[in-house]
Amino acid sequence: MLVQNLAILVLAGFVGFAVISKVPNTLHTPLMSGTNAIHGIVLLGALIVLGLGATGALDQILLVIAIAFGTINVVGGFLVTDRMLGMFKAKKEPEE
Amino acid sequence: MSWLQDPATIQCLYIVAFALFIYGLMGLTGPRTAVRGNLIAAVGMAIAVLATALTPGMGNWWLILLGIALGTAVGVPAARKVKMTAMPQMVALFNGVGGGAVALVAWVEFRQSNGFTGEPLYVSIATLFAAVVGSVSFWGSNVAFGKLQEILPGRPITVGRMQQPLNLLLVLITLFCGVAVVAGGTSELLMIGLLVASALLGVAVVLPIGGADMPVVISLLNAFTGLSAAATGIALNNTALIVAGMIVGASGSILTNLMAKAMNRSIPAIVAGGFGGDGTTA
Repeated sequence: MLVQNLAILVLAGFVGFAVISKVPNTLHTPLMSGTNAIHGIVLLGALIVLGLGATGALDQILLVIAIAFGTINVVGGFLVTDRMLGMFKAKKEPEE
Repeated sequence: MSWLQDPATIQCLYIVAFALFIYGLMGLTGPRTAVRGNLIAAVGMAIAVLATALTPGMGNWWLILLGIALGTAVGVPAARKVKMTAMPQMVALFNGVGGGAVALVAWVEFRQSNGFTGEPLYVSIATLFAAVVGSVSFWGSNVAFGKLQEILPGRPITVGRMQQPLNLLLVLITLFCGVAVVAGGTSELLMIGLLVASALLGVAVVLPIGGADMPVVISLLNAFTGLSAAATGIALNNTALIVAGMIVGASGSILTNLMAKAMNRSIPAIVAGGFGGDGTTA
């Protein structure tokens, strides 16, 4: 299981490198914000640990906070990226 | 409905989800496709969350819903109302909470397994790595937010010549706690020591960096959070976390480099920040 996961890890790393080759400067911040939203996937980790029966009040409180944090990361991240790109489009269209 | 809860179904949904992440990211690199790319990645995230909810034996639904409701109640208005000029610090904050989530999950994993008793070695190593990087990212991002929001002064703040020895000391404490836990230590003080030392490290590294360099630092911390998510995925044996985290880790590093180049700065010079010498900020 570990070896398979490490293989996936390495391959995903190369995909990440390959995807970002040429990016216009204006898209740097939206792209950062977009990748930021994607690592909100840590939400899944919190869901699994809490869902599969974490016990004890302190652990449950910590995990609820973790889920809230993850949700903020995901929801806020995608919304902010969308707003940034909306601004980008509004500025871009008159030129075309 | 039982086929829905088949682990193979969940794995297939994860594959769909990370395919959408990659496709969405490709879209985000071009001006014409960027808006759609962001939406595609968001759909991928929704699929990943729903697939996780199907995991057999999931419980604690009220607490899960409470967490999601809290996160939505905070995240949506924050993202909607933030001024365009305040976007970078908002991204820093969102990045920070992601790192915070990783650190919290790692801490709970330590507590639930009674200090990784009976867990394979790789689980403890991956979880501790996630804890350290998540904690650095959370506190570093909060400092970056504070600087950009002008809660903290934007100029480099250092402790002068003691900066490097201080950073080194924090690294050593973090390493000591980590090695002690991996070697079989089960005292929670070790885990708390590790989290606190890496939190202080995050603060100590970002404080000396000037406000103008902050976007690059946020991008770097963004890549770090991605890596910590991937480590959590290794520990929890969750493909979606490994792939999405690692893609962000890799693409985030490249992006950080591109951003630094666009500003005519080098990453080591930025991270060396205020204690590198002249303390000029771009």
